[in-house]
Amino acid sequence: MKIDTGTTAWMITATALVLLMTPGLAFFYGGMTRAKSVLNMMMMSFVSIITVTLAWVLYGHSLAFDAFGDGDNFVNKLIGGGDALGLQSLIDTATKDDGTGMPNLVFSAFQLTFAIITVALISGAIADRAKFGAWVVFGLAWATLVYFPVAHWVWGGGWLAGLGIEDFAGGTVVHVNAGAAGLALALVLGKRTGWRKDPMRPHNLTLVLLGVGLLWFGWFGFNAGSELAVDGTAGLAFMNTQVATAAAAGAWILVEKLRDGHSTTLGVASGAVAGLVAITPACGFVDPWAALVLGLIAGAVCAYAVGLKYRLGFDDSLDVVGVHLVGGAIGAVSLGIIARYPFADGQNEGLLYGGPISQLGVQALGPVAVGLYSFIMAYVIGKIIDKTMGFRINQENEVAGIDITTHAETGYDLGTVHSSGVASVNGPVPASAKKVDA
Amino acid sequence: MKLITAVIKPFKLDDVKAALEQFGIKGMTVSEASGYGRQRGHTEVYRGAEYQVDLVPKVRVEVLAEEDDAEDVIDVIVKAAQTGKIGDGKVWSVPVDTVVRVRTGERGPEAL
Repeated sequence: MKIDTGTTAWMITATALVLLMTPGLAFFYGGMTRAKSVLNMMMMSFVSIITVTLAWVLYGHSLAFDAFGDGDNFVNKLIGGGDALGLQSLIDTATKDDGTGMPNLVFSAFQLTFAIITVALISGAIADRAKFGAWVVFGLAWATLVYFPVAHWVWGGGWLAGLGIEDFAGGTVVHVNAGAAGLALALVLGKRTGWRKDPMRPHNLTLVLLGVGLLWFGWFGFNAGSELAVDGTAGLAFMNTQVATAAAAGAWILVEKLRDGHSTTLGVASGAVAGLVAITPACGFVDPWAALVLGLIAGAVCAYAVGLKYRLGFDDSLDVVGVHLVGGAIGAVSLGIIARYPFADGQNEGLLYGGPISQLGVQALGPVAVGLYSFIMAYVIGKIIDKTMGFRINQENEVAGIDITTHAETGYDLGTVHSSGVASVNGPVPASAKKVDA
Repeated sequence: MKLITAVIKPFKLDDVKAALEQFGIKGMTVSEASGYGRQRGHTEVYRGAEYQVDLVPKVRVEVLAEEDDAEDVIDVIVKAAQTGKIGDGKVWSVPVDTVVRVRTGERGPEAL
């Protein structure tokens, strides 16, 4: 089979769309923090692009998508092999094809962008207080020990794929996975200073809306691109993404209106993300009406789920758990009921279309297994980092603001004394310039 | 009456506030401030260049107290704001002639 130019062109486009989601996430998260932490929040996303890309090229792709040995062995159920280290073996076949009609490196780049955003998603749970170096190390370790194996379990021919799990674009691999890790890290790092006492409202909701717009746009590549082809299923996934997202955003602001008396911009942004998350595993498997219902449920449930942290007392700062873990699990489990278009060996329709109860079981097992694995591993990795290099900045620096104390920058230069205003007259003066004067 | 002014490290504000509330102080004025003392500022490096930064961010807390309480209030603030490192700040008091509660027109200690 030769290269399918249509598929290849679309997949290159979809890859770029998915990569754009991570800067989008940076804006979405950055706007939600307080003004003194916006840069650190955005940096945690951007540095994930760096760390995960390097790990992916060197060994990530291989662990996730290469078969271990001939693929027909126990190890391959858990982890991939080493034949694609450095992506070298993919280049040799770049002009051939693996049956999808696109160069292997295009497929690899597409999957890389998923790994990047999954790591970046976790950072929302630890806003304002994480040592930057510790986050870099955590991102590398978690991607290596959790994301790459889990991607192999579900998409790379591992044990969950063997059970016939349906996860079209990553409800379990991306969102449950990141949400569980976020919960673990929120517990390892502890609450922000002043949590529950200070309001800690989002400092810039225009950034949040900009970010969610970029996420929504990029998510079409994420979901429709996951068909890895240009066909009817890609169209179905594309439309379902739109339907569920609109429904969820609507449901969230309706819940807000009824519960709090006003619909908020943060609500419309969070609702849209909840819908995008919930439809992610389902988008190529369900009818548009089911996507609509799924979106409504996800939007309404997540609108309540983000309040859980106050009841249970963990500071998941930007609601990674309430939106991604909960929304991802809703989407994954729903397939056991509403899936209509299974396409791989072992996959079945949902209960609604006469499918067996076992499919619902597998759909529930996936998020539970992945969630537990990710939670435990993230907790252990986080604790090890905390005991060795320390995961949390000191309280003085946290209160002063992680942007200025960790990165020597501030997001907004609006003051007169500390900024480039008055101070620039007397200082800061470049020390080197002073020397020249003297 | 005395006006007690404290210039402290920003991250100690919560502790000072709590300590003053526990002491029985009913109100205060808090503002962001910048300054330096004996230790001057510090040197920062950004994009390869070194900068001398004189002004360090601080928080200014102002409290009105009765004559007899003033020393105790100062002690409370110092105890709560102290880290023992440079840059902990200063506390001072000055006499106040008149205090008026705007809402009622009450004057003197009644207005505190």
